[in-house]
Amino acid sequence: MVDVTDDRLGDFDDSVPPSEVEDVELYHAHSWWTKYVFCQDAKVIAIQYSATALAIGFVALVMSWLMRLQLGFPDSLSIINAEQYYQLITMHGMIMVVYLLTALFLGGFGNYFIPLMVGARDMVFPYVNMLSYWVYLLAVLILVASFFVTGGPTGAGWTLYPPQSILSGTPGHNWGIILMLISLVVFIIGFTMGGLNYVVTVLQARARGMTLMRMPLTVWGIFTASILALLAFPALFVGGVMLLLDRLFGTSFFMPTIVEMGQLLDYDGGSPILFQHLFWFFGHPEVYIVALPAFGIVSDLISVHSRRNIFGYRMMVWAIVIIAGLSFIVWAHHMYVSGMNPYFGFFFATTTLIIAVPTALKVYNWVLTLWRGNIHFSVPMLFALGFIITFLNGGLSGLFLGNAVLDVPLSDTMFVVAHFHMVMGVAPVLVIYGAIYHWYPKMTGRMLDEGMGKFHFWITFVGAYAIFLPLHYVGLMGVPRRYNELGEMPFVPPSVVPLNEFITIVALVVGFAQLVFVYNIIRSLRHGKPAGDNPWKANSLEWHTPETPPGHGNWGKEMPVVYRWPYDYSVPDAAEDYVPQHVPPSKTLAPAEEWPKNTL
Amino acid sequence: MKFLRHLMEKPWEPPQASDLALAAGPGSAPPAQKIGLWVFLCVVTVLFMLLTAAYAERMAFENWRPTAPQWLLWFNTTLLIESSIAFQWASYAIRRGRMEDTRTAMIAAGFLAVAFLVGQIWAWVDLSEIARFTLSNPAIDFFYLITALHGLHLLGGLIVWGKTTHTLWHKPDLARVTLSIRLCAAYWHYLLALWVLLFILLFNGSDNLSALLVFCGLQ
Repeated sequence: MVDVTDDRLGDFDDSVPPSEVEDVELYHAHSWWTKYVFCQDAKVIAIQYSATALAIGFVALVMSWLMRLQLGFPDSLSIINAEQYYQLITMHGMIMVVYLLTALFLGGFGNYFIPLMVGARDMVFPYVNMLSYWVYLLAVLILVASFFVTGGPTGAGWTLYPPQSILSGTPGHNWGIILMLISLVVFIIGFTMGGLNYVVTVLQARARGMTLMRMPLTVWGIFTASILALLAFPALFVGGVMLLLDRLFGTSFFMPTIVEMGQLLDYDGGSPILFQHLFWFFGHPEVYIVALPAFGIVSDLISVHSRRNIFGYRMMVWAIVIIAGLSFIVWAHHMYVSGMNPYFGFFFATTTLIIAVPTALKVYNWVLTLWRGNIHFSVPMLFALGFIITFLNGGLSGLFLGNAVLDVPLSDTMFVVAHFHMVMGVAPVLVIYGAIYHWYPKMTGRMLDEGMGKFHFWITFVGAYAIFLPLHYVGLMGVPRRYNELGEMPFVPPSVVPLNEFITIVALVVGFAQLVFVYNIIRSLRHGKPAGDNPWKANSLEWHTPETPPGHGNWGKEMPVVYRWPYDYSVPDAAEDYVPQHVPPSKTLAPAEEWPKNTL
Repeated sequence: MKFLRHLMEKPWEPPQASDLALAAGPGSAPPAQKIGLWVFLCVVTVLFMLLTAAYAERMAFENWRPTAPQWLLWFNTTLLIESSIAFQWASYAIRRGRMEDTRTAMIAAGFLAVAFLVGQIWAWVDLSEIARFTLSNPAIDFFYLITALHGLHLLGGLIVWGKTTHTLWHKPDLARVTLSIRLCAAYWHYLLALWVLLFILLFNGSDNLSALLVFCGLQ
């Protein structure tokens, strides 16, 4: 804990020179349509992004139930055939990774929190920001359309590897793959519009005094992830466009000379491995596009709910930046089994293990923040703790897969599925829930019901482990992924069968338990306990807006001025156990009534 | 490195008197549009770097069949150079308040850019008429893809050019239109540099990309 009780505080002159930069020209809606539908206010756009992402995410969740029913009870409840199973795994994976997690963390949380947390009135390019959402929605609609075309959606696997993704043996080879690729390209165009907004708003529109190192770690996470996405998505864009051309016009970027059903196709000289490089040059940073915002949000949740300043803030920022940098030089650890020079394998295994260093540093710092803190086991805190444990566990199984020697036998088994569901699925989803429980009071003015929240946490957390720990075991037993039923596999022990049944039942229970969360969200909108402006007594700027929920333009006539970082909790001798960012030095020890108020 | 200096700050230390001066905000913050353009150019750079890397990767295969050089591309390149010069002229003129010159330069810049695009389409047609034309030749595919993406970026720039030029004739807000022209000029210079690099490395038939890869020890 840093002692801020130095004698300068008593006679500190808080006067601040007038701003030399003009206030931004704010967008004003003139009709219901431009206020609620084609709206340029980042908060409305955030809600549009979140609602769309959660809706399409729910569709993907239902797909996972169907897959689990098939895997758990292949004889008695065989409801999907092999082709449909491929289509479901493909759509489930792509929707969850790109259309839910990326869109929700960056489009949803980014839009809502960046302007509020850095003290801006809105995003710097509101019109482009609005376009970003509508282009995203278009991408989602194109993807959904693939369910209704001849042949259904593509069943190429979420990695869409050529040549099989566009050959006639693969489900959805006619229209499904085309719509998937078009949807991805459209998504990337939309994201680029949004991403430019997030990055430039952080760089350009911060409040006076909000230096980069006074930004909440949530903003650091979203900011860095946005840069990462802006630099990584072009690889998927290039790969997607080239694959689309191969499919539509018969070009040979990725398609080699190939015989299909005894017939020589017109393709000649393409390189399928090139697609894998492009895909994973995007695909691995994608892990961190999701993880970095989660890291940032968890840091803030832990600090607020343990009333402790974040341990090693500077290291936390550096770790975010270093992880982002390293994530660009590890991509080929996803390709060990595609035939690789062993020296390359060694290089990528090494960089993969190096990335564990800054990641571990973050975990240590979270634990050290909790150490001797005044821990409140509120619902957001429970989800944050759940995330740390889950990410740690998921990271540990990643150590196995990061090693080329171990990855080869484990590749294409359920162990991989269990690993990436722990790090990419359960861990970020726990953070999303934690964030919603934490910021819902600011977004609506109402608290979510705590009892329902705790029930939701425990059933989700314990349920996730009941699903994915056995799945690791199933993978270690050699059960392959992408099989809709095991059939006669002599190397698979009989114990796998009841385990699969158990996993399926738990998955259904956990899935339906999410309805409690949905009910809580809807019910609390009207019947939740009034939250007040700052129910968690948090320091960052979003909790100190003149209105709750924040109004258009976020702030009153005066823009906020920032004097400190957002982690001044339990400051010795201070009247309150928190000192918000806008409180000037002379008021550090004063009671809350004497702090400056941002009024309309 | 200002950014790195920022990363060395210790925000947990008690606020200092100098922080209050800092709290006054930057004296002349660069416009958001300018930062936005630079960030966007970084994205475009990555896009074309990946395309070039993909081209180089494919080029290493034994059955690589490069396309024959096209003289028309030299002519198109000069058009883009002239367009870029015209934008620079417009940027220079508006800063000195010479509105007539600015308008002339902007019209010339746009016209030359459109001529460049027409020339590129002509080059496409030319290539499609060669005897050994086949879409299963990756070199031909790359030519179409890369020039199309470059052309699309130029087309996007032409939309901003159209808006800016339209404003020039309708009582413009001088500061805003000056910024717009300067950013257009910067974007055009970037697209020119990008095209010249692509042309020299990939499309002028001299195998410069191989030479570069050998020079860098990558081949």
